[in-house]
Amino acid sequence: MSTIVILPDQTTATLPKVSYLNKEYGLKSWLLTGDHKRIAVLYMISITFFFFIGGAMAGLIRLELLTPPSDLLAADTYNKVFTAHGIIMVFLFLVPSVPATIGNFLIPIMVGAKDLAFPKINLLSWYLYVVAGIMILCVLSFGGVDTGWTFTTPLSTHYLNTHVVAAGLAVFVAGFSSIFTGLNFIVTIHRMRAPGMTWFRLPLFVWSHYAASILMVLGTPVLAITLVLVVLERTIGIGVFDPTKGGDPLLFQHLFWFYSHPAVYIMILPGMGVISEVISTFSRKRVFGYTAVAFSSVAIAVFGFFVWAHHMFVMGISSYSALVFSLLTMLVAVPSAIKIFNWSATLYKGSITFETPMLYAFGFLGLFTIGGLTGVFLGSMGMDIHLTETYFIVAHFHFVMVGGMLMAYLSGVHFWWPKITGRMYPEGVSKLAAVITFVGFILTFFPQFLLGYLGMPRRYAAYPPEFQVLNVFSSAGASVLGVGYLLPLLYLTWSLKYGKIAGPNPWQATGLEWQIQSPPLTENFVETPIVTHEAYDYEWLESKKGSEVPTVG
Amino acid sequence: MDSHTVAAQTAEAAHTEHEHPAFLRHHFASVEQQRETATFGMWLFLLTEIMFFGGLFCAYLIFRNWYYPAFVDGSHSLHIWAGTLNTTLLIVSSFTMAMGVHASETRMRKALVGWCIATIILGCGFLCVKAYEWHDEWVEHHVPGLNFSPEGFMKVNPDYPADKPLQLDMAEKTQVYFSLYFAMTGMHALHMIIGVSLLTILTIRAWGGAYTSGHVAPVENFGLYWHFVDIVWIFLFPLLYLISRHQ
Amino acid sequence: MAEAKHHDEPTHHEEHIVSPKVYLLIGAALLVLTATTTAVSYVELGDFNAVVALAIACIKMTLVVLFFMHVKYSSKLTKLTVGAGFLTFIVLITMTMTDYISRAWGRW
Repeated sequence: MSTIVILPDQTTATLPKVSYLNKEYGLKSWLLTGDHKRIAVLYMISITFFFFIGGAMAGLIRLELLTPPSDLLAADTYNKVFTAHGIIMVFLFLVPSVPATIGNFLIPIMVGAKDLAFPKINLLSWYLYVVAGIMILCVLSFGGVDTGWTFTTPLSTHYLNTHVVAAGLAVFVAGFSSIFTGLNFIVTIHRMRAPGMTWFRLPLFVWSHYAASILMVLGTPVLAITLVLVVLERTIGIGVFDPTKGGDPLLFQHLFWFYSHPAVYIMILPGMGVISEVISTFSRKRVFGYTAVAFSSVAIAVFGFFVWAHHMFVMGISSYSALVFSLLTMLVAVPSAIKIFNWSATLYKGSITFETPMLYAFGFLGLFTIGGLTGVFLGSMGMDIHLTETYFIVAHFHFVMVGGMLMAYLSGVHFWWPKITGRMYPEGVSKLAAVITFVGFILTFFPQFLLGYLGMPRRYAAYPPEFQVLNVFSSAGASVLGVGYLLPLLYLTWSLKYGKIAGPNPWQATGLEWQIQSPPLTENFVETPIVTHEAYDYEWLESKKGSEVPTVG
Repeated sequence: MDSHTVAAQTAEAAHTEHEHPAFLRHHFASVEQQRETATFGMWLFLLTEIMFFGGLFCAYLIFRNWYYPAFVDGSHSLHIWAGTLNTTLLIVSSFTMAMGVHASETRMRKALVGWCIATIILGCGFLCVKAYEWHDEWVEHHVPGLNFSPEGFMKVNPDYPADKPLQLDMAEKTQVYFSLYFAMTGMHALHMIIGVSLLTILTIRAWGGAYTSGHVAPVENFGLYWHFVDIVWIFLFPLLYLISRHQ
Repeated sequence: MAEAKHHDEPTHHEEHIVSPKVYLLIGAALLVLTATTTAVSYVELGDFNAVVALAIACIKMTLVVLFFMHVKYSSKLTKLTVGAGFLTFIVLITMTMTDYISRAWGRW
C-alpha cells in the first residue's frame, strides 16, 4: 500500500531540543500555563478521561439491553445510567472534543499568531471544564440524576428527587467553558491573522471553528438561563414551568432546544473542519469548491438557529409552528450536503492514499451521510410522529455524532499527533483499530434503525421479546466498538516514548502548522510568517521542498 | 532565495521601533491590536449576556400575553417612584462612566478616579432602592415560592380604585408575574453587584495611575459592560413598572 | 477583506475621543425620555401603551449603544457584532412566539 509519509532518517533524528513541551518543567508550569498548546494537551487528557466514563455508561446500557426484562439494572438505575451517558458524552466530550483540543492547539498556528487572543481566559475555560466534570462525578457518586440529558420539564422540576440541581449547575459551568473557548476563537480569527493571511487563504478547519464558535457564543447562554430557571423552579418553586401555577413546561423545551439544536452543529462543524484538511492532504489536492465549503460552514451556523422545534413536534406545539420548523429543517440539510459533495469532488482524480486519518475520514463520509439523511427523514413531521422517541432517533444521532464526529476527532488526533507530540503513531495497529471501529459501529447502531422503525421506544430498560435479536447484535457491536476505542488509547500512549520521530511535515501537507517544527516552540513561529500562497497549494509546497534541506533536532 | 518561506524579520523590526509599554502582552504585535482585540472580546461577551437575558424576556412576553390582568395588577403594586428613581440613577451612572472613560483617554488620573467613585455611589444607590423594594415585596407576601399570597390581588387596590379585583385563578397568576420580576431584577442586580465590585478594583488601580498612561482598554471595556447593564434596566423598567398605569 | 492589523497606523476610530458635551447631551436626552415614558404610561392608549413604551426604550438603548458605547465611532466589525446579537435575540423571541401565537388557532 502506498503512502505519502516521509520521515527523517530514524537513526539520526531526534526531537527538537526546545519545544513547548520542555520549555518549562513542573506541575505549576502546566496548571498555570497561558500556552494554548499546553492547554490543548490538558483538555485532551481530561476529555479522554470523561469519554471512557461515558463509554462505561454505554457499556452498562448495552449490557442491560441484551435481555428483554430489566434484569441487570432497575428501571430507575437504568434512567440514571443513560442520563449520565448523555450528559457526559454531550457536554464533557463532544462539545469540547475537537475545538478545545485540536482547535486550541492549531487555530493560532493556522492563522499565524503566537497564541490565542486571551490566554488567561483559555486557561479559565479549562478550569471551568474540570470543575464541571468534578461536579458531574459528584452527582454520579451521590446517586445520579435520571431526567435524561435533556432535563425535560415537568419531570425534572416536579416529579423527581434526584440531583437535578447539581447536574444542571454542572452543565451551566461547562457551558461557560464552551462560551469562552468560542469567544477566544472568534477574536483570534478576526484580529490576529498574520500578514497576508486573508479570510480566503485560511484553512477550512479555521472556517469551521469560526462557525462553531458563533454558535457557542450566541447559543450557550440560552442554555445557561434555562438551567437557572430549572434550578429556581426546583428550589424556590417560581412556577414558570409549572402548569398548576400557570407556567408552561413547553417553554423549557423551547429555551433548551434553542441551544441544543445549534449544539449539535457546535459538535459536528469542527469535525467537518478536520475532514476538509485530511481529505485534501491524502488526495494531494486542494479542497474542491473552497468558497462553497467555507460559506456552507457559516450557513450551517446561521440556519441552525432556525430549526430547534423539530425536537418538539409531538410535545404539544402548534401544528402551524411545527410546519414552519419542519420546512426550515429541510433547508439546514443543504449546506451539510454541499460539503459532502465537495469532499467527494476533492477525492475525484486525487492521488488517494489510505493512512489512518484517511480511513477515519472515509468512515465519516459514509456514516455521516447516512446519519444526516435519516435526520432529514426525522425533520419531516409526518415521519417524525412515528419515529420520535424510538431507537430510530438514537441511531440517527449516534450515526452523526459517533460515526461522524467521533471518527472525525480520531482522524484529527491521528493526523496532528506528529505535530503535537513530535512522534508518529504505529500505522499498522492504528489502521486495524480504525477498521475495528467502523465494523463495530455498524454492528452496534445499524440494528437500532431497524429497532426504531419496528417501534422499540428509547430510554426503556425493558422491551418486548421480539426486539431481542437486534438488541443482541447491537450489544455485540458495542463490545467490538469498545476494543476499537481502547486500542488508540494504548498505542498513542505507547507512541509517546517509542513512536518514530516525525519531523516537521511527515504528511507533506500544506498549512502553516506543517512549516514549523514538531512539537512546536512555545511562541509557535521564530518569525511572524508572511503568507503569500493560497490554502491547499500543493504546487507551492513542491517548489518549497525543492529548495529545502530537511533537518530535525 | 525563496521568498515564499516563513519570512524574515519585517514584523519584528517594526515592533521594536514602537513603544513597548509594560501592559503590552507578548502575543500582540501592538497596543492598537491589543486594545481592539480586548474591545471585540468584550462585545462578544455582551452578546452572550443579550442571549442570557433574552431567555427571561422570552418567558416574560409569553406570560404577559397569557395573564395580562395579573400582570397589570402585579405592576400596579410596584412603586413607580422607585422604578423611575432607579432608572435615573442608572442613566446618570452611565454618564459618569462615559466621563470616566474620557478621563482615561485624556490621561487625567484624579478625574478618572472621581468619575469611577461617582459611578460606584450611583450603582450602590440603585442597589439600595432595589433592596428596599424587595423588602417591601417580602412584607406584602409577594415573593413567589417563599411566602406568596394572592389575597392582596383579590381586594381593591387603594392606589388604583378603578381596578377590578381579580378572581382566584387569575390572582394566583400574579405569582408568575412576580417570579419573572424577581428573576429579571435579581439577575440584573447580580450583574450590578459584580459590576460595582469590579469597578472598585478598577478604581483602586486607577488611583495608582494604571489607566492614565495609555492603557485605556480595561476602563473602556468595563464601561461597555456597565452600559449594557443599564440597557437591560432600560427595558425592565417599562416592562415591569409601567404596565397600564393609566387610570 | 483582512488587513494586517499590526502593520497599519492606528486606525482612525481608536483616536476618536468623544467629547463630554456629547455625553451630556445624550444623558439629558435619556433623562427626558425616561420622564416621557413614565408620563405616557398614565395616558390611555390601549394596546399602543406597550408599543410606545417599547419604542421609547429602543430609542434610549440606541442612544446608549451609539454614543456611550461608542458604536457610532467604531469599526464595521463592532457594528456587525452588535447587529448579530440583536438578530439572534429577535430570532429567539419571534420563532418561539410562532408556537404560542398559533396554538389557539385550532388544528387544521
